[in-house]
Amino acid sequence: MASEPQSQAGQAGRIVIESQIVLPWSRTLQMTRENIFVRFGRSVITASGIFLGIAFLSAVLFGSAAARVQETLVKSQVGLISTDTAEMQARTIWLVAMSLLVATVGIVNSMLMSVTERYKEIGTMKCLGALDRFIVRLFILESALLGMLGSLTGTIVGTGAMTAVYAGRMGWGHALSSWKETCLVLGGTSVPLWVGIIVGLLVGSFLSVCAALYPAWRAAKMPPAAALRSEF
Amino acid sequence: MTTASVYEYIVRTKDLMKVYTMGDQEVRAVDGVALDIRRGEYISIMGPSGSGKSTLFNMIGGLDKPSHGTVFIDETDMAQLTASELAYLRCRKIGYIFQTFNLIPVMTALENVTLPMIFAGLSTDDALDKGVELLRTVGLGERRDHKPTELSGGQQQRVAIARALANDPAIILADEPTGNLDLKTGKEIIALLKEMNEAKKVTVISATHDLKMIDVSDRVVWIRDGKIERIQERADIDLQVGQMAGEEQ
Repeated sequence: MASEPQSQAGQAGRIVIESQIVLPWSRTLQMTRENIFVRFGRSVITASGIFLGIAFLSAVLFGSAAARVQETLVKSQVGLISTDTAEMQARTIWLVAMSLLVATVGIVNSMLMSVTERYKEIGTMKCLGALDRFIVRLFILESALLGMLGSLTGTIVGTGAMTAVYAGRMGWGHALSSWKETCLVLGGTSVPLWVGIIVGLLVGSFLSVCAALYPAWRAAKMPPAAALRSEF
Repeated sequence: MTTASVYEYIVRTKDLMKVYTMGDQEVRAVDGVALDIRRGEYISIMGPSGSGKSTLFNMIGGLDKPSHGTVFIDETDMAQLTASELAYLRCRKIGYIFQTFNLIPVMTALENVTLPMIFAGLSTDDALDKGVELLRTVGLGERRDHKPTELSGGQQQRVAIARALANDPAIILADEPTGNLDLKTGKEIIALLKEMNEAKKVTVISATHDLKMIDVSDRVVWIRDGKIERIQERADIDLQVGQMAGEEQ
């Protein structure tokens, strides 16, 4: 809109009009809360797509770090040297890439569904005078919340399960020491597990916002008549 | 009543056209419609399914863009409006009512009614006061905290009417407002729309094939194959309604 050549007066008039349609943050938050809790079942399904992806990712990262701990343990006890670290490294990267892919597909799929099944609602909101950016804002907030919640629980469950598994093998102390161990070597830099886990958390939230952004933006841009026609 | 210049027109369409391409065929859903709608009248756009009345309705309401031709609302060419100006128009000037009610499912009746007022910048308190008042006007004062799923079809449509009236629009656009309702409830909704039309001087434009609507209409526009077949004035309608009432019994 701003890029169109317009006279000064026209510009000013447009800005005045735009500022006359508002959606206060308090109401945005209230609507997001209602959307999440009233459709609680749906929200859980959406979040579980993210949950599963991030749980898998963090389990893989944890497993990789714990394997290193175990390896050093074995080495120090038996005095054996050198397993093929290059091969192990390649396998870990492959696993991480796969789990990221699974996470992305899961997240994109659940966000896409949760937006498209609400096309009609989006069309209605536009009929009531909502600006495109209100719609986008509502979905960003909702997906960010669901993304954070899903990633957080996913991380807790993923690492928790792996901690329990490795605690059974090598004791709680060693299992917990995996947190400081390298989980991945990327371009010569060792990434400690706790950094990997935090990055995973952020990736989960970021991916879910990105995945919601595109369909929400597209739905917001649709002529209301087309959005209203869609049935789900 | 004889000359057209007596009336003030709130909506005017000029050579309005909507073309859909289906495969290699062009279908003209609306084909060159010129319609002038008077301020404050109750006008029904009648026609069978697929006649193009909903498409015409959507273009009048700024919900869809015409392929050709123009729609003027209060002498403003809708095609010239930016997205936010259109939103402003939808928010303040037009109230929409749909066949499927289209209430926001997660919100209570009152929240649904106040939403357009929030968009229009009213404070929460003012919006709540007005929302309660509007719900009372449509006879749902007691139901304000109910969710749409807890309301019957007729009640949902009443909420939708209250919501359409939220920002005191000049026009109410009703697309098959009685399409999903039984005979009795449909009649009540039509009566309510007429009441609002008279009390608030709001122009009601309804697209419908419900013949009950003829009773209250000031004018009826008959649409067939995307073209206006004929426009009937109140005086001509009375005669027909008499015949129809006879047929019904």
